[in-house]
Amino acid sequence: MTLSVFLQHCLTGISLGGAYALIAIGYTMVYGILRLINFAHGDIFMMAGYFMIFAMVSFPWYVAIPLVLIATVLLGVFIERAAYKPLRNAPRMSIMISAIGVSYLLQNLATYLFTALPRGYPTIPILKKIFQIGPLSASLVTFITPVLTLALVYLLVFLINHSKVGMAMRAVSRDFETAQLMGIKINRVITITFAIGSLLAAVGSILYFTDRMAVFPFSGALPGLKCFVAAVLGGIGSIPGAMVGGFILGLGETALVALGYSTFSDAFTFVLLILMLLIRPTGLFGEKVTDKV
Amino acid sequence: MENNAYLKITDLSVSYGGIHAVKGISLEVPKGKIVTLIGSNGAGKSTTLRTIAGVVKPKAGSIQFDGKEICGKSPDDIVSMGITLVPEGRRVFGNLTVLENLKIGAYVHNDRLDKYLDDIYELFPRLKEREWQLAGTLSGGEQQMLAVGRALMSRPKLIMMDEPSLGLAPLIVKDIFDIIKTINAEGITVLLIEQNANMALKTADWGYVMETGVITMEGTGADLLANESVKEAYLGKRKED
Ligand SMILES: Nc1ncnc2c1ncn2[C@@H]1O[C@H](COP(=O)(O)OP(=O)(O)OP(=O)(O)O)[C@@H](O)[C@H]1O
Ligand SMILES: [Mg+2]
Repeated sequence: MTLSVFLQHCLTGISLGGAYALIAIGYTMVYGILRLINFAHGDIFMMAGYFMIFAMVSFPWYVAIPLVLIATVLLGVFIERAAYKPLRNAPRMSIMISAIGVSYLLQNLATYLFTALPRGYPTIPILKKIFQIGPLSASLVTFITPVLTLALVYLLVFLINHSKVGMAMRAVSRDFETAQLMGIKINRVITITFAIGSLLAAVGSILYFTDRMAVFPFSGALPGLKCFVAAVLGGIGSIPGAMVGGFILGLGETALVALGYSTFSDAFTFVLLILMLLIRPTGLFGEKVTDKV
Repeated sequence: MENNAYLKITDLSVSYGGIHAVKGISLEVPKGKIVTLIGSNGAGKSTTLRTIAGVVKPKAGSIQFDGKEICGKSPDDIVSMGITLVPEGRRVFGNLTVLENLKIGAYVHNDRLDKYLDDIYELFPRLKEREWQLAGTLSGGEQQMLAVGRALMSRPKLIMMDEPSLGLAPLIVKDIFDIIKTINAEGITVLLIEQNANMALKTADWGYVMETGVITMEGTGADLLANESVKEAYLGKRKED
């Protein structure tokens, strides 16, 4: 393998990892606040794929992208309101089961509405433009993904550490009732959390599907599971952790494909998960105590 | 007591599922006074305060503050009206710094906080020294100071404190009670729950005794201190035969 081929694979891996990272953040943020594994998150990502297909039918890409972002945020927030909020005081297991239900609902709804056949993902011309940097050549989306991911994570971490709403998020994630006693409207904070998670999933879906070129109702299932693993690897609840987890998975998977072991690339994710849970259950950046007081 | 009740609770009942924790209590807190609520474990004292703060919804009854019904209002509305609760067990946000904990106490306000922070630091100089430390790393006494400081940041008219002396060394307990008097002297009305009945009744203008969800006795702090059954039940003194 020459150096330039090696670098080319690295680039592909980092790019895939960036898309994973964006989705993984949604899992980690929702878990941080509600201690809920939002099983529907991967399917929200899939729906964002369909939204793009339909938006691009009638609009140019620069109108379609904002529309898709908005629609995905609305979907995520609506799911929270309809399926999780009524269970706020229920045992945690009930809300998990509700999340699994929403996941199946979205998959079946998509099958019903759009059929199970894969649909071609529209081409966003500028993302597909081939660029050449030194010996590396790839479409713009491959270069953009990691940069955009880093920028969004930086922005998000900054928001959480330095803004009033970010402070409220950290407080709510620690202690619901005391946060309420401070005058924080916890439902609003939870809505914002779902909005951010869904927004990043929508961005991730545009970057991911532009490279994959087709969407079908189960498109979100495996990537969703992988991104959940990425969040666990990084330490669920930690945003930088989710990002690092995403990059590790993206690079690892691409490396296996490059070495000719592509059949094992999905298994790799889960082997990594098992190893992590055995060696360091709190993940790379996880808090020591994850349980709620 | 009847005329100038600032906080007036009438026939308040609260239950958690099947557990009837508060069974139709009535009590009043006059403006500018310190009122204490004492009682054994599980009597329903914390439940009463959490209901006033709006985090628990009552089954029946009314809670009036400054002549306005607050029953059924959301916790953030109640904080905005000037009622704040220092919760049982301090409950500082351990993942936030001391400064952030204080700022979050003023969450319902949107103006500059420097002046109010200075006031808190004047009251608790220790907090100023530890401004950048995570609240989870503070000692128990410091956490209690922070919990009180955080509540004061909301600029309350009525501050409710749930067992502020719990688990603290006698010297610090004395500090806490001094602070309660200072806060009260600045015009803030105080509703205090205490296990330390002796100190609480000495500090309070008026006291209520609560047992298994009902109020069984009330009177001035001094009267209750002198009462035989209060002595026996809460002050650890045996009735002399
Ligand atoms: N969240 C809850 N769910 C169910 N029952 C509760 C809950 N909180 C309190 N209780 C019950 O309500 C009753 C009153 O509890 P509360 O905490 O108000 O007592 P307390 O007087 O503050 O006691 P302590 O002095 O021990 O703090 C108890 O029987 C308690 O078990
Ligand atoms: Mg209590």
